[in-house]
Order: sequence, then C-alpha cells, then structure tokens
Amino acid sequence: MSDIIVNKNLPIVSKRLGIEEAYKLETYLSTGGYEGLKKALQMNPEDVADEVMKASLLGRGGAGFPAGRKWSMLKPARVKYLVINGDESEPATFKDHDLIERDPHQIIEGVVVASYALGVNQAFIFCRGEFALGLERLQAALNEAYDYGAVGADIFGSGFSVDIVVHPGAGAYICGEETSLLQSLEGKRGYPRIKPPYFPAVMGLYNQPTVVNNIETVSNLPWIVLNGGDAFAAMGQDSSAGSRIFALSGQVKRPGNYEVEMGKVTFRNLIFDESYGGGILDDLALKAFIPGGVSAPWFGPEHLDLPLTQEAIANKGSMLGSGSVVVFNESTCPVKAAWRISKFFYRESCGQCTPCREGSGWIEKIMHRIETGNGRMEDIDLVMDVCDNIAPGLSWPPKQTTICVLGPSIPSSIVSAVNMFKQDFIDHIEKGKCTFDK
Amino acid sequence: MGHLSEEIINKANILLEIYPNKRSALIPLCHLAQGQDGYLTPEAIVEIADLVGVTPAEVRGTASFYDMFHLEPVGKHVVAMCTNIACMLRGADELLEHAQESLDVGIGGTTQDGQFTLEEAECLAGCNNAPCVQVNHRFFGPLDNEGFDRLIKDLRSGKLKDEVPEHGVLNRVDRNYGLKATPDQVQAERDVMESAKKERLAKKSESN
Ligand SMILES: Cc1cc2nc3c(=O)[nH]c(=O)nc-3n(C[C@H](O)[C@H](O)[C@H](O)COP(=O)(O)O)c2cc1C
Ligand code: SF4
Ligand code: FES
Repeated sequence: MSDIIVNKNLPIVSKRLGIEEAYKLETYLSTGGYEGLKKALQMNPEDVADEVMKASLLGRGGAGFPAGRKWSMLKPARVKYLVINGDESEPATFKDHDLIERDPHQIIEGVVVASYALGVNQAFIFCRGEFALGLERLQAALNEAYDYGAVGADIFGSGFSVDIVVHPGAGAYICGEETSLLQSLEGKRGYPRIKPPYFPAVMGLYNQPTVVNNIETVSNLPWIVLNGGDAFAAMGQDSSAGSRIFALSGQVKRPGNYEVEMGKVTFRNLIFDESYGGGILDDLALKAFIPGGVSAPWFGPEHLDLPLTQEAIANKGSMLGSGSVVVFNESTCPVKAAWRISKFFYRESCGQCTPCREGSGWIEKIMHRIETGNGRMEDIDLVMDVCDNIAPGLSWPPKQTTICVLGPSIPSSIVSAVNMFKQDFIDHIEKGKCTFDK
Repeated sequence: MGHLSEEIINKANILLEIYPNKRSALIPLCHLAQGQDGYLTPEAIVEIADLVGVTPAEVRGTASFYDMFHLEPVGKHVVAMCTNIACMLRGADELLEHAQESLDVGIGGTTQDGQFTLEEAECLAGCNNAPCVQVNHRFFGPLDNEGFDRLIKDLRSGKLKDEVPEHGVLNRVDRNYGLKATPDQVQAERDVMESAKKERLAKKSESN
C-alpha cells in the first residue's frame, strides 16, 4: 500500500537512530559528524544564520515558530545565551528522548553551530531529569566533544569559543514552557513568567537576551549547513519545510518515531503503512486520533487523508504541536481517555492562575465521576462551561486567560470528546457505569 | 564533618563554578544530595543552602515544586509506572493494579522491607514501549504482568544493580573539564567578532 515517494535526503535528523553506538564520538565521526560545524566555521556567522532563515526551519517544540526569525529577534548585547529545551514531557511525545540517548553529538554540533551564528558564548542543554541515561550520554558526548576540540575555547582553531552545560530538570511538565524553563534553570520554582516581555530573545535567562530552541530543531542544523537552506526548504509543502519526526503511539501495531517529509505523507500513511504504524492494534477499526499531542483537539477517521503539514491541520481546527500522534481503536472509551488527559493537566498545572488551577481540578472531578458511572446529565454542560471559563468561546486556537498556554490547552480533549462522542457520555450516565468495561 | 561527603562537595564546587549565577546550581546540587541519601534530608538542605547562598527554606521551597525530589525517605527502588494516555491505551491501569497486588503496597507506599516505593507517573516519554515503567529513572517496557514480576525479582536479587543504581543517583558521568573558555578569551573573541562585523557592514554599505 506504499504510495509514498520517499525523499532521497531522508532521514535527516533521525539518520543515526538505527545505528549501534551512534552516541560515541567515533561512530559519529565515521557517519559525517562535525562536518557541518567545520563548514559553518569557515563562513560568516551572519551567513550561517541566513541559511537557517532560507531553510524556513520551523521550531519543533510545539509552537512551530520559524527558527531563523527567532534568531533575528535576538537583541544585541554583550552577554547572550542559547538554551536548548530537552524537557520533553508532553504526553505521547518521545522524539527528543531518542535523539538525546542515541545521537547526542548531533545535538551538540547543532548547539555550537547555532551559538556561532548567534554570537553566543554560553549555551545550556536543559535535559528532562527523568532521562537518567540521556543525561549520562549527553555528558559523556560533551566530554568527548571538548577533547575533540568541537566545544570550548578556540573551536577547531577558529577563534570562536562556546561553553556548554548539561543541566538536569527535576520533574515538572510545566518546565517545558520556555519562561518556566528559564526560571528552573535559574534555580527557582518553575513558574512561567508573566508576559510581556513576550520573547526571551529580548529578556531571557538572567534577564539577558536568550534564544530557546527545541532539541530536534537544533539537530537539523548540521544538515542545513552542509546542504544549504535551499535544499531543506525544497522539501516539504507550504510553510512546513523539510522533514520532521512524528511520534506514533497508542493502539497501532508499530508505535515509534518516524521521520517523514512534511506534506508528502498523510495520517493514513503514517498509521496504516507497513513502513510506519502498520495498522490498528488487534485489527480493530480506528475510532479517533490525536494529531499533535494532548493539547491538540482530536480528529476522526474523516481526517485520515490530511497531509502532515502545519497549515492542513490548523485549517481543520487542530495542530501539529509536538508531532505526536495517538491512535484510539474502537475498544477505547473516549470518556476515560479524556478524563486521563484532564488528570494530567490537573497534576501539572503550576497553580499561578485561577482558571487553570481551579478549572483543571473541577474538570478532572467531573470527568472522573462520569467515567465511573456517578455522573449527572447536567455534568456534560457543566464540564463544557468550566472549559469555557478557561478558554472563552472554546474556539481554535483557544483564547487565553492565563499566564501560559497550559491553561487554554486543557479544554481541547474534553471538548473533542463531548463533541465527537456525546452518546458515550449519555450512556455512561444512564447506565451508571463505564460502558466499555469488560 | 558536614553531612555531605567530600566527594559530593567536590562535585558541588564544580557545579557552582560552571553557571554564571550560583543559584542555577541549586537543582543539580539537590540531585547530588539525593544521590547520597536516597532523598533530600534536612541536613543536606541546610548545606546546599550554605553552598548556594540562599536560606534553607528557599531550597526546600524550590525542591518541593519538583516531582523528582523526595523530602521523606523512600525505598531503595522507586518504581514509577506511567498511566498516561499512550500507556493507558496499552494496559497501564491493569499493570498498575497488578503491581500493587504483587508488591503488596498502595500507590505512594513503600514495601515493608524498604526495597520498593510505588508511584503512578505521568508520561515518561517512553510511549513507544508502553506500558512503560521507570525504576530509579531507568527505563523498562513494554511490560506485561509476568515481565513486571521478573523485573522485581531481578531488582531484588541485585542482578540489575549496574543498570539501576540506588534511588537518587542520576548522572554517573562527571563533567571532566573546567570552563575552557576563560572570560578573557571570551572577551577577546567578542572584540574580534565585533570588529569583523563592523568591517563587513562597512563593506556592504560601500558596495550598495
Ligand atoms: C505547557 C508547555 C509545555 C511545553 N513543553 C515543551 C517541551 O517539553 N519541549 C519543547 O521543546 N518545547 C516545549 N514547549 C514549547 C516551548 O515553550 C518553546 O516554544 C520551544 O521550546 C521553543 O523551541 P522551538 O522554537 O525550537 O520549537 C512547551 C510549551 C508549553 C506552553
Ligand atoms: S496557565 Fe496554568 S500552568 Fe500556566 S502559568 Fe497559569 S496556572 Fe501555571
Ligand atoms: S504515555 Fe506512558 S510513557 Fe508516554
């Protein structure tokens, strides 16, 4: 059933994930490692930044902001920082985890390239604390990279210097939000900062201009420098340039990370094709899927033929977000799924804003009582009303009443479940139990 | 003699050096202390506060925000079982139920012999191996009931002690270099870059 034209450039960021011991310098060098950096150091920093601008590389952390544009916003200052977001905790997202454990040198090379282009001499890689092996692999790779001369003072004799620190997180989803990440890196509780200033590029770490980029975003840089921004932009579709890793999980036969050219593959390809998901678990019918992490509204089978681009998905009222696709088969209770997601937000709300802190708790309670058969018919309207208080109008993209977008992300799954599977809610309430329990 | 060992203090001193601001070392220091004691002891909190230059209340207040820090003693192995969406779709709730029976302990509890603390976790970014479990933050999965029991048996017997160090020990690879770019070098390099940039810009405006 493979009607996908696989681009000869692919895979780009994930090319070493299948290679044994690719996390070692020796393997990395024998597979073209640090060539991008060597080339970059021969160029003017501005020209490196230019290539990234030409590549139209969109940020891979969730918001999809063009990396080149973000870089151009970095306010000139004597001291500037680069911070890499490796906190990956969005449920069902596991691409950065793989990149950190299996190809840490590619991240380090990307960080040095970015630092050179930005004129930054101090960079931090914030790695989720729960990735113990990842932290060890990153630190070991960094030690090797220093010895090799790819990091530190006078890199490869170019006169350019940058120091990189691997910083461990300590377990808090909210620290993935960039201003919370910076607070955490400053040794504080991870409370997102009040905006404005909107962009860390103006005021970030220790109030200095700071670029925050995702792990996968910087992992693309060595390839872009080597092959040129135009070659990257030539792949993909519309503003979604290049390729991207999609993390496929849930009730599919072959869950995993799959790098595909943007726009050349549909959800149907990703979920059913033998080279990707291989079809639905237990050969049951597909009930629904989440296209871009638990903050995204759900899609039904009617959306299977959408191409994987930011625009195509936004046009249908959802988002590509962190690139994680979660598949539900027909045996799954949508009420339970939505309840579990609401429980996650309830546990992870940092508590600064009333709509998010109180709303998430209310929603979790109401959803739990419906799921366990103790709900009342009014609960369906009530839960929607609480959602409406968090993100007034329940439109997409959601309106924001809070400091960060965790709050407005809470309603997505609830509103999707109620709109798509209202009868299941009614059945739970009428029968006084979960109608999917065996 | 202080509470934290000399080895930990040496590592702490390196951490305090590498950040532009000492306070940034607070969380890494808490990890180090937890690696020594298995949890954050009141004594360690006081010493971390001293090292960083803040009050003990600030260390405790910061640490309590984060799930990984335990302010009370825990078992030698903290078993964190993900029940978030991707794992739920692959039987995580049933596995958690089994774990409670098999270990004879509730969620958040520690077995009588002090070997295991059971936790329900949010997504661990191991969803391709769902249902996914971490023991002292080392990954296991996908696991069925038998697989879980085997894992517990291997942990008990010490068969996995290299792969899974005691609770709290996080990163066993030390940073083996200091700050190689000295402030002087950095400044010199900045000056070079600035003047080169000025030259280039001047050339550009000339040619326009
Ligand atoms: C609640 C919340 C959680 C987030 N978690 C992550 C994360 O785990 N990793 C990440 O890279 N970005 C995360 N982001 C997005 C970051 O704020 C930021 O946009 C991103 O790191 C920028 O990098 P990029 O431009 O390269 O994508 C999160 C945002 C929010 C609001
Ligand atoms: S929206 Fe929620 S998570 Fe974000 S700052 Fe407010 S309370 Fe915290
Ligand atoms: S949902 Fe369990 S590891 Fe991601």
